[in-house]
Amino acid sequence: MINKVVQNADEAIRDIQDGAVLMLGGFGLCGIPENSIAALLKKGTKGLTCISNNAGVDDFGIGLLLQTRQVKKMISSYVGENAEFERQLLSGELEVELIPQGTLAERIRAGGAGIPAFFTPAGVGTEVAEGKETREFNGKVYLMELGLRADFSLVKAWKGDTAGNLIYKGTARNFNPMMAAAGKITIAEVEELVPAGELDPNMIHTPGIYVQRIFQGSNYEKRIEQRTVRG
Amino acid sequence: MALDKIGIAKRIAQEVKDGMYINLGIGIPTLVANYIPEHINVELQSENGLLGMGPFPTEEEVDADLINAGKQTVTYLPGASIFSSAESFGMIRGKHVNLTILGAMEVSENGDIANWKIPGKMVKGMGGAMDLVASAENIIVAMQHRSRDGASKLLKECTLPITGLRCVKKIVTDLAVLEVLPEGGFRLLERAPGISVEEIKAATEGKLVVDGDIPEIQI
Repeated sequence: MINKVVQNADEAIRDIQDGAVLMLGGFGLCGIPENSIAALLKKGTKGLTCISNNAGVDDFGIGLLLQTRQVKKMISSYVGENAEFERQLLSGELEVELIPQGTLAERIRAGGAGIPAFFTPAGVGTEVAEGKETREFNGKVYLMELGLRADFSLVKAWKGDTAGNLIYKGTARNFNPMMAAAGKITIAEVEELVPAGELDPNMIHTPGIYVQRIFQGSNYEKRIEQRTVRG
Repeated sequence: MALDKIGIAKRIAQEVKDGMYINLGIGIPTLVANYIPEHINVELQSENGLLGMGPFPTEEEVDADLINAGKQTVTYLPGASIFSSAESFGMIRGKHVNLTILGAMEVSENGDIANWKIPGKMVKGMGGAMDLVASAENIIVAMQHRSRDGASKLLKECTLPITGLRCVKKIVTDLAVLEVLPEGGFRLLERAPGISVEEIKAATEGKLVVDGDIPEIQI
């Protein structure tokens, strides 16, 4: 068995260089790689391109890396919860590429699955379609979208084992499984790391082949953006 | 009297049929879930990867790992399932979701919708809206008929950046229920209690088609 365990986030991200292209799992603040983000903040890696559905909030998630100007470009579907992001975007300090959420998810899936491009109806007739090849199938127009890959994918799971197998919990799954497959090097942080053999193979969401490094994270804050309860 | 947000949500709830899988957008569409009659069984899809979404949690049930597409804490019901974002949009793109209810800033008389961007003012991103409108077979839009300054939002052509072309089938506003005709135009189906056809005509910039007597909305 190949042992993929590293001690902590600092060791896991040690070779992420300035200018790297990263994928970061999560939807809003749900299922984000908190420990790896904190380690990047500490290391001060700059000029990053971050592919992530959202950009965090001002003082948490990717928002922390925006505050320290470590991000050169964001590739996301929705960035509405972050005032610092908006300021940097309007002042031209930050490059931003907005992609429809399903297209983003599928581009990442395709990238990890060796599919260079695919056709989707999302964005036809909109500014998303500008400069893209279109093609008609059965009387309907589709856009060609390209698969996406990253130098490093930073994902977060609930449980993992020393072989890199991952299980997610609830809607913290979101983009994490596709990103795990689309990173040249995938770094998984988990709440509970167990020896290989302890997780039921039938229950694995991300097979260990996609994960190069794994560590048990600590001090998860799991901040809630919209705490909504019924009376 | 024009409908308030709850009135719009209640009227849209009447469109919900037993056995449907439904995606509800943020805002008024989210409220629709509260007014679906008990004898009608549906499953709500949240595009961040949840089918079988339940109501908001109690304080004790709050789980940071269980949210909806509006990033609100939610619960799941018996029979629920959880999946990745790719799978989620696969079921949307593959037309497995029967009904999509979402908000709009503008709708044109041929069914184009604009709801994601106001150039120079709001640049938040389209989220899943473009994927939803491009693939859904049945889209109902919940919106105000006019903007705050009184300008019609039911137009000949959208002025804001487009989210999707020729996709809206039905619109429920504070003033009326309208159907988008395949050949273009808004066919008036129902009017809000006490609102006249003339008032609706005046509030609609796009082509309004009125056939015979128009009943009042019953909620």
